[in-house]
Amino acid sequence: MNGHFIILLGIVLSVLLIATGAAQLLKRRGGPDNLTIQNLTARINAWWVMVAVMAIAFVAGPTGVVVLFAICSFAALREFLTLTNTAAADHWALTAAVFIVLPLQYLAVGMGWYGFYSIFIPVYAFLLMPILSTLRGQVENFLIRVSEAQWALMIAVFCVSHVPALLSLKIPDYEGKNLFLIFFLIVVVQSSDVLQYVWGKLLGRRKIAPNLSPSKTLEGLLGGILSASLLGAALFWITPFSVLQAFALSLVITLMGFLGGLVMSAIKRDRGVKDWGHLIAGHGGFIDRLDSVIFSAPIFFHIVRFYWDLH
Amino acid sequence: MSLSARITAALIVGFAHVVTAVRGVWDGIAPIPGQRIYFANHNSHGDFVLVWTVLPRALRFRARPVAGADYWLTSKLKSFIGKDVFNAVLIDRNSNTRTSDPVTQMSAALKEGDSLILFPEGTRNTGQARLLPFKSGLFHLATANPEIDIVPVWIENLNRVMPKGALVPIPLICTVTFGAPMRLAMGEGKADFLARAESALNALAPERKI
Repeated sequence: MNGHFIILLGIVLSVLLIATGAAQLLKRRGGPDNLTIQNLTARINAWWVMVAVMAIAFVAGPTGVVVLFAICSFAALREFLTLTNTAAADHWALTAAVFIVLPLQYLAVGMGWYGFYSIFIPVYAFLLMPILSTLRGQVENFLIRVSEAQWALMIAVFCVSHVPALLSLKIPDYEGKNLFLIFFLIVVVQSSDVLQYVWGKLLGRRKIAPNLSPSKTLEGLLGGILSASLLGAALFWITPFSVLQAFALSLVITLMGFLGGLVMSAIKRDRGVKDWGHLIAGHGGFIDRLDSVIFSAPIFFHIVRFYWDLH
Repeated sequence: MSLSARITAALIVGFAHVVTAVRGVWDGIAPIPGQRIYFANHNSHGDFVLVWTVLPRALRFRARPVAGADYWLTSKLKSFIGKDVFNAVLIDRNSNTRTSDPVTQMSAALKEGDSLILFPEGTRNTGQARLLPFKSGLFHLATANPEIDIVPVWIENLNRVMPKGALVPIPLICTVTFGAPMRLAMGEGKADFLARAESALNALAPERKI
């Protein structure tokens, strides 16, 4: 476990070093005033921070990872609620969402209590939050308000919590190694985002969703998903999967990640914003960075649970 | 500033960051040192905390909020926060009972080189209107201090974080937008100046959509 962790950290750091070096070269050629290069540098710098935070959480173990994703959920929920139409009448429902639902969800994830965390938000929060919203008797936009609040919880808390939930899977001959499942998911999905961007910049011609996300191209999509899936296949040795299984799972999660990006982009366009937030320089908000993980994590979790977990 | 006031200030600023991830947008003026009269929309008791939080440190501790003594002197804690932490210029809003003139008090603070944060609506706006009609204090202050920049500041979303009567804040991203500075024009009357100030502030508010 520790040997693997150090090798993987070494690989990730080398990739970051190469990216930083390449960005410096581009800066010399393209000039420091080039906005694309400035954004690229900001993105890479933010990756250094994100990798450092993830590494610290991994070293701290399962509790560290659960706490890290709980914090991510808090930040994502803060961003999502900002764009909703929730009113003062929803204040109790939203207070409960942030200060009761979110901590309970992560507590259950930390305890590995599948029977609770897999239904708490889709069933209990789903039914109880609109009840709290009726208390003030304000009916204006009621369905819009409660739907948006439920969506905020599903996206920012429920889906995100399925990343640390991978820790509670019981896979034969894989005890104590579940952190690598998280590593696998995040590295494959995030590198797919990066590779789609790179392939798109290099070869991109045919726009794939001009209304939702004008920068996404067919060439970027295919190149990104295939190369990220090959990377996933190459990481099979840290997973309970065979090479082929690792490739197939990577295809599924990168595709989900891509589609998730489109969905979240549609929401942003409708709300008239470019980014969900501003806290991750060059990337935007937490949801901007997490959107593909949000859509792939629950699916990855359930496929692995269905085929590999002892239950 | 005492140590306890310093710690309290750091805690309040930290709390504001966690709940609102507040960001200052400098749209027409740069965050460089300089004496200013900031005027902002008023929806919540936390309004000046947000303005204060996004100001760079060098500006923050010289920016004094102007607030109603009737609210900030009613308990020991409020008085500590109002006087010791924020160094507020506390004015008596009741014109029948007051012993000192608010404009004189504010001008005295400006004479010492401090900046002011004030809320010309005079009271918290808890209704649907974007802005309440401005009170005349801003005009009298501008007349008495014609050489100081007057900066509109729009605070967005804090009214949703903590609606009237709420006990717990919910986390939402807030922004504080600083607009281009204005001054009283030669011969400009009270109504014209206040209308110009209102529209300068209104222009900073983002559009709302469902």
